[in-house]
Amino acid sequence: MQHHLNDEYLMDYAAGSASQPLSLLVATHLALCPECRAKVAAYEALGGALLDSAAPSAVAPDLLQSVLDRLDEPTAPESRIRRQPQVFDETTRRLIPEPLRSHLGASLDALAWSSIGRGVHQVELDIGGAEGFKTRFYRIRGGCGVPQHTHDGSELTLVLGGSFSDGIGRFGRGDVSIADGDVVHQPIADPGDDCYCLAITDGPLKLTGPVGRFLNIFMRY
Amino acid sequence: MSAQVCEELLVAVGRNRDRDAFAALFAHFAPRLKTYLVRIGAGGEMADEVVQEAMLVVWRRAETFDPSQASASTWIFTIARNKRIDALRRVRRPQIDPEDPALVPDAPKAADEAMADSQRADAVKRVLTTLPEEQASLLRQAYFEDKSHSTIAAESDLPLGTVKSRIRLALDKLRQGLQKESI
Ligand SMILES: [Zn+2]
Repeated sequence: MQHHLNDEYLMDYAAGSASQPLSLLVATHLALCPECRAKVAAYEALGGALLDSAAPSAVAPDLLQSVLDRLDEPTAPESRIRRQPQVFDETTRRLIPEPLRSHLGASLDALAWSSIGRGVHQVELDIGGAEGFKTRFYRIRGGCGVPQHTHDGSELTLVLGGSFSDGIGRFGRGDVSIADGDVVHQPIADPGDDCYCLAITDGPLKLTGPVGRFLNIFMRY
Repeated sequence: MSAQVCEELLVAVGRNRDRDAFAALFAHFAPRLKTYLVRIGAGGEMADEVVQEAMLVVWRRAETFDPSQASASTWIFTIARNKRIDALRRVRRPQIDPEDPALVPDAPKAADEAMADSQRADAVKRVLTTLPEEQASLLRQAYFEDKSHSTIAAESDLPLGTVKSRIRLALDKLRQGLQKESI
């Protein structure tokens, strides 16, 4: 893996201020990247130290007693509820780590793909708690690409399978491409396996190529 | 309370369901959790509610606390962070599943890690007090006010790059302080 998340994203995730879609992308990268996991642990340790050195505020006087009274309450077997019966095929389980897998909710072959151009399919994910963000999962056939575009905001793309190249570099499994608003880029899947990637944008895409400009009129990216 | 003491109390809760140890942890952490939750936007009553929920999770999951992975205050911070995200956003925070076979495992921990996590926690706390107020306040905004780097930038009318570099300065200072302590 060559392209990691920047520290500010890791810190926002550790602090809990990252939006839901960004948190989904960060956590899915973390599943594939022990290096960034260690950084998040360090940022969480900073959170622990800040908590420990915070000035105390008075809680309700009976709060301790009401917590003590509840210690023996039976608890819902959380983990069992969460572990649903296997709805994912082997390829999906191998390629797509949690938490993304649960958010997709179905095997790669069973997703509600819609075609957005030659060799490119997408599903839009509803992550919740995320105004202004778009979260999309792409399947790009080798040699095909998303039309050239820029963004109003920034776009983060995490590769899960296959790889793509854009003028900036080559991105394989686990890599994250970070494109700010002023970057014009055109990711093209490398020949070979289908490229699967998760992309989040915090602004509408603006298509810029000659074909793109034409498509822009028709497609609400 | 030192990080070592917190760790012992939390381990006692996990191993022996020790209620006195739990009450001692509560006395230390509940008022600090409240400060955290109020600053991050939970109203007074809601803050008490989330403190209660978080401390219940501390009791229930204490068995899974691993002192070689995190200090007690860090572990409790992550519980409170997740609880308030669940409570304020009404959605679960996306997280890795440590049991997932698709997860790429950690490399074995280096044996010569300079400090135990509890020692490191005390060191971080000490070094925090030596940061210039401007830098300490940036870190508090990032952790205690639910402000991402870009939100801090927008609210303070600073370019994002400036906020990033100021936070990086604060972190560098922390790192240097920690290195000094571990020599
Ligand atoms: Zn990484």
